[in-house]
Amino acid sequence: MNALQLYGRYIGVSVQAQMQYKISFGLQTLGHLGVTAIEFLGIWVLFARFGQLADWSIAEVALFYGLINMAFACADALGRGFDSFGKLVQNGDFDRLLLRPRSTVLQILGTELTLKRFGRLIQGLVIIGWSLSTLQIALTLPVLWLLSAAFVGSVALFCGIVIFQATLTFWTIESLEIMNILTYGGVETAQYPFSIYGRWFQRFFTFIVPLACVSYLPLLGVLNRASEFGVPLWVCFLSPWSGIVFLLLALRLWRIGERYYCSTGS
Amino acid sequence: MPHIVVEDLRKTFWVAEHAPGLWGAVRGLVRRNTRAVEALKGVSFSLERGELVGYIGPNGAGKSTTIKILSGILVPSSGRCRIDGRTPWHDRISHVARIGVVFGQRTQLWWDLPVIESFALLRDIYRVPPAVYRQTCSELIELLELEPLLVTPVRQLSLGQRMRCDFAAALLHRPDILFLDEPTIGLDAVSKLAVRKFIKALNQTQQVTTILTTHDMDDIEALCDRVIIIGGGEILCDGSLAQLRSQVSSRRHLRIDLQPGQLGGQLLRFPVAGVNLLNQVGDSVTLAFDPRQISAAALIHRITEHYDVADLFVENPPIEEIVAELYANERDPQRETTGGENGGV
Amino acid sequence: MEESKQLACNLSAYRSLFVARFVLLLQYRTAALAGIATQLFWGLIKVMVLAAFFSSSAEAQPMTLSQAVSYVWLGQALLVAVVPWSGDREIQAMIRSGAVGYDLLRPTDLYSFWLTRALAMRTAPVVLRALPLLTISLLLFPTLELNEWALAVPDSAAALIAFLLALIGAIVLSAALTMLLTVSMLWTISGEGINHLFPTLIIVFSGMIIPLPLFPDWMQPLLAVLPFSGLLDQPFCLFVGSLPPSALGQVLTHQAIWISIIILFGRWLVKRGVQRLVIQGG
Repeated sequence: MNALQLYGRYIGVSVQAQMQYKISFGLQTLGHLGVTAIEFLGIWVLFARFGQLADWSIAEVALFYGLINMAFACADALGRGFDSFGKLVQNGDFDRLLLRPRSTVLQILGTELTLKRFGRLIQGLVIIGWSLSTLQIALTLPVLWLLSAAFVGSVALFCGIVIFQATLTFWTIESLEIMNILTYGGVETAQYPFSIYGRWFQRFFTFIVPLACVSYLPLLGVLNRASEFGVPLWVCFLSPWSGIVFLLLALRLWRIGERYYCSTGS
Repeated sequence: MPHIVVEDLRKTFWVAEHAPGLWGAVRGLVRRNTRAVEALKGVSFSLERGELVGYIGPNGAGKSTTIKILSGILVPSSGRCRIDGRTPWHDRISHVARIGVVFGQRTQLWWDLPVIESFALLRDIYRVPPAVYRQTCSELIELLELEPLLVTPVRQLSLGQRMRCDFAAALLHRPDILFLDEPTIGLDAVSKLAVRKFIKALNQTQQVTTILTTHDMDDIEALCDRVIIIGGGEILCDGSLAQLRSQVSSRRHLRIDLQPGQLGGQLLRFPVAGVNLLNQVGDSVTLAFDPRQISAAALIHRITEHYDVADLFVENPPIEEIVAELYANERDPQRETTGGENGGV
Repeated sequence: MEESKQLACNLSAYRSLFVARFVLLLQYRTAALAGIATQLFWGLIKVMVLAAFFSSSAEAQPMTLSQAVSYVWLGQALLVAVVPWSGDREIQAMIRSGAVGYDLLRPTDLYSFWLTRALAMRTAPVVLRALPLLTISLLLFPTLELNEWALAVPDSAAALIAFLLALIGAIVLSAALTMLLTVSMLWTISGEGINHLFPTLIIVFSGMIIPLPLFPDWMQPLLAVLPFSGLLDQPFCLFVGSLPPSALGQVLTHQAIWISIIILFGRWLVKRGVQRLVIQGG
């Protein structure tokens, strides 16, 4: 059985396990939907007060908001196991994974597919739909390409970040809450167009953690505003790949961390 | 050629430590001290295919460090290890595909799933061909009497039931080597017997090389032809159980509960060669004796001549005591009384 | 006499709970550092977004950018103390496992013991989290010549004192709300729902997400009446000067009324919970 099939089995098992607690699942999904809906309420409040954000309308901001939230919901659902990786190391269960003849990344990805994140996913989808129809953006082939590349790139980037965060645990044992800056903080940041932030901030999120590359740049292409900011259109098409590069680098680092763990055996 | 060969295995850990209390925590903010702990100080042994060995020693002696190294998930500081021609830590994935591990303390089954689903998932993880899986699975189900448990979620199983399922889970891929880490811990007497019977049968019929770590001497006596004792990171003794007892300590304990009022606060007086008083609390007395000098029957006879006995037990000294004695001998060979040769390295 | 004994007992319980919690938090110092960094980053994003919004509109707003920025930093610094994110997880775990049954049936005043725990839980992190953050947001940005991102000191000593007094009220209010969340777990299913949804309402309507003065004008009367504004908004407005120090009496009254209502309600819930346990036999 190849890795992808096995992952499918893991997911099946995880869903089966979660479905044993249906009421709790329903409440958590509802709760999540509520939280994210209220977050957007915050943005609405500010637009109601100030009218616009620089020269961005609420429908345009909604596109950034919806995309990054959908991507994060998926990455969070996939990478839950990495998020609680510290616990896995502390209670020795990571040894159990090492004792099985499969890559540990696959096994951790398989520990849980958190269904309750679907609340956030649905909300993001609804808001993107509203944004596209309000702005009357036709779903042409380039637009669809940009949207899906942005989505895939963002999911890969967020997965890369959680894996990177978990990798640090090999050295620190305590899990580092500080990486939440890049996950939750990243979502918060990328909900708004990057042009409103300081220059150094934009540079950090372009060249070090390529958050702007996976969401802001391709969406500029969708909104047809790339030239305004001096961004060539081909950049919008290519930049989302940086998310996948980031993920590959994180996986490489993971392997180094795993080797370190086996040599120290905390 | 032996199945498992271990030569001069050493492992040093670096442990961070800070002083206790509030001030220690605050100081720990600034700097951390590290201290080297030698978990293994040159461990060597070899096992033939199909051997069943008890690997025992007190907590922190280096048992689990050894097991982790042998199972390929910990890299030693130095030393060699060959298992079936493989070095465990060089190619973890192909090595762990050939071994099975059972931890008494925790399960490898999926908590919320029916047992059979866990088995099926393990089949996919270990890439067991369907035909082999069907056969192995039905054999194990029969041997371990798992049929009625298969559709129960693991969280609803009793410890004994769960342990049996865990054994099956560790054997689905037909490993040639099995590591058992305290497999009987916390089990009731009936389950313990069942588990022992299964281990014995497995070892005899399938020729699975098995290393068993345990604190329960009854496990060792029921199962192991050979015992390796580790203490302080070194092998203190390697041989048969009988050999071990005769080498280290042939002494046994006799605990006697006397009818009240015979001693009148005095110590029990009993000048017999090879017997001494270990402790005395009220009317309960523990004697240590050497069966080569006086048999248990003779000793009991002598005591009942002088005193009214309410109850008595003959015990082997607990394993901790044997190890402590071994350890003391190791440091101070003068104290060695029985003259046997120590260690089987 | 009996009353004062009870109070002294609670005070010493509070002190030892506070110390225990504080020592525990000190052990997780990397977590505390990480928490500070996260709050700092979060505050920075909020400040930058608010600055962008303020520069997008020329109209006069209910508060200035500088006031809004200070409001955000106070929120980041004090959020652990004043936002009841969740109930007391240890007690909730006891409730779930049923172990709480014995405690409930004892003659001691469980509610005040639990409330004391909640107070300790809220206040212990203040020293480790709030003080560093306030210091950074007060001093760091001016040295980087980012004055408009910095926390501004209150206009007068009176404003500062009024803020501190209202903050005490806010912490007690927060502990009382924490207790509601804790106790709601006695009703398993609905308790879980409440513990998921209620904190979200609190976060929005206390001003944690967007300062309340920036909400639409038609919502203002409602926001002012709800208990949640007493957690963050009203003390913070005293600090930044959106409310004059003379409004302190009004703020404290608002807090006091809600604290009494919530405590009475919480006590009633505990009593009902005990009755339920007695009837159902745990």
